[in-house]
Amino acid sequence: MTSVPLKPRRGSGTGGPSRVAILRRELSEWRIIDLIGYAGAWIAGTMLALIAFGLLAFLAVKGVSYLSLDLVASRPEPGIDQSQTGGILDPVIGTLLMILIGTAWALPLGVGAALWVVEYGKGRRLARAVESAIEVVAGMPSIVIAIFGLAISQMGFMGLFSITAEGGAVFGRSFLIAGTAMSLIALPLIFSATREGLLTVPNHIREASYALGKTQAATIRRVLLPSVRSNIGTGTALGMGRIAGDTAIIVILLGATLRIQPAENAPPLVDLLRGTGSTLTSYVYNNSPAGEGNAPDKAYAAGFVLLVIVLLLNFAISAVLQRRGKGQELTR
Amino acid sequence: MNPTMSEAFPPPARRIALDRAPTIVAPPTSPIRHTPIDDAVPVGRERMLVDGVTVSYGDAPAVKNVTLPIRDTEVLALIGPSGCGKTTLLRTLNRLTELTAGASYTGTISIDGENVRHLPVTHLRRRVSMVFQQPNPFPMSIFDNVAYAIREQARRAPGKAELAPKVESALRRAGLWDEVSHDLDRPALRLSGGQQQRLCIARALAVEPEVLLMDEPCSALDPKSTMVIEELIRELRKSLSVVIVTHNLQQARRVGDHVAFMYLGDLVEYAPAERLFTDPQAERTREYVAGTFG
Repeated sequence: MTSVPLKPRRGSGTGGPSRVAILRRELSEWRIIDLIGYAGAWIAGTMLALIAFGLLAFLAVKGVSYLSLDLVASRPEPGIDQSQTGGILDPVIGTLLMILIGTAWALPLGVGAALWVVEYGKGRRLARAVESAIEVVAGMPSIVIAIFGLAISQMGFMGLFSITAEGGAVFGRSFLIAGTAMSLIALPLIFSATREGLLTVPNHIREASYALGKTQAATIRRVLLPSVRSNIGTGTALGMGRIAGDTAIIVILLGATLRIQPAENAPPLVDLLRGTGSTLTSYVYNNSPAGEGNAPDKAYAAGFVLLVIVLLLNFAISAVLQRRGKGQELTR
Repeated sequence: MNPTMSEAFPPPARRIALDRAPTIVAPPTSPIRHTPIDDAVPVGRERMLVDGVTVSYGDAPAVKNVTLPIRDTEVLALIGPSGCGKTTLLRTLNRLTELTAGASYTGTISIDGENVRHLPVTHLRRRVSMVFQQPNPFPMSIFDNVAYAIREQARRAPGKAELAPKVESALRRAGLWDEVSHDLDRPALRLSGGQQQRLCIARALAVEPEVLLMDEPCSALDPKSTMVIEELIRELRKSLSVVIVTHNLQQARRVGDHVAFMYLGDLVEYAPAERLFTDPQAERTREYVAGTFG
């Protein structure tokens, strides 16, 4: 007896139906609505990819052409002509500082609030209030955060955090104040990512820890936090991206001075935190044709640098998470 | 029954099985009449005593007035159809039911004569540790899974050198050492299901408990892993008391010294394993053991 293959390989041999014919037969059994949906999904996906890569290419072409090490490494200068306006070193430092200060506030607050809501406050009225409050913050436009922030930071008792004029008037704009306001933008993202992560940790994992005579604190520190590490990382990366991209808070609360202006008569670092400056976003705004500066090409370059910084941060975070979390996926 | 029976301790399990009279409750679905347990059980050191315990979720009682001894060096198997309260009873033994909102219990559960309510709950759970139905290792390395159990018991964290021998002995007791000793840093979640469950047993043994609670430890495992774990249970019985909840009657018969049959929250019959399966006293038990319902 000759052996006959049970299933002829698709498209192999002669005489069988072609792959296109098979596909056509398969699709002929689909409902019209499914066919439309299928086509729509393909179109949407490809369009989105095209738009994303198109933007990237446009930015790269426009930005890279004017980008040089010199531009990134030199400080900006006031000038009438583009060739005299110096580099973007100060805005780059400003952006990094904003990310640092904002995350330094938002990360512990967001993770702590999520832990409290899920692990301690479950079902309590206060916990629901916290959740709604954070939703309100998440929906708040950053310009609104900025003007309310300014109203508070210009009060007399806030004098310590920014420059104070001789008459005692508080300027109310500094890296510390802007960074703190920025943390409100990142906070909801970090909070909800952590909260989602905690909610997906199955209860039997917690019980396993309690059943070993562990306290809730030990369970959170050694079991739950490592389990939601990737969620925290994702939330933080998103938050950093939002901080890096915000303009309203910079313009209103950082002073948007072209160069970093440390406060006078203060110890190092403190003078920086109390001082004013700009970020890449405010630099782009000011130098674009819409702003008062006059260096549109440098604006493109700065925009490209901003994009690169955000992407690098995302890659760095996911690389760290992947290296440390190998094989640590939870059983659901 | 001979109350002056003084056997060598620990007594051979199967002999106890024949010597002890069962506590029979009939009709099966009415609340159990409280009989002092020492009437029924003449020998064996009682490690834990469940005395007239009723566990309720809100207003609905899940376990009704149950009285049971848990003795050293024996396996107590809790059997019964789904929803009969056996898991609830098990989880009450180390006060894990407290984690469920609305759950409460009346009656006393004592360990070595001490009411478990009066113990700090973390202390109690180290003396009465637990293995769950689903293997649930923590998302960390094999070593850390076991070390975690020991690690957080003091203000000062013990170093790895101090932990290593304890981790090894726990893994040996759980029969997992030979399979994992070459790579303790591997993530625990990469182990097979049966290995994961033995890791969970090792973790529960690392705290050096007096009683080990097992909630259907084999229901998620294949027959071969089940056999390995049953062998392990028989081995563990020599040094501690084991309470196992199981759906599998053959398993209860294979590993149990005493078997308690529960139905709708009542303890229907408590008897030596052999007798409960060959000569059940209550009608309900007979039907359940024969497979008429369940």
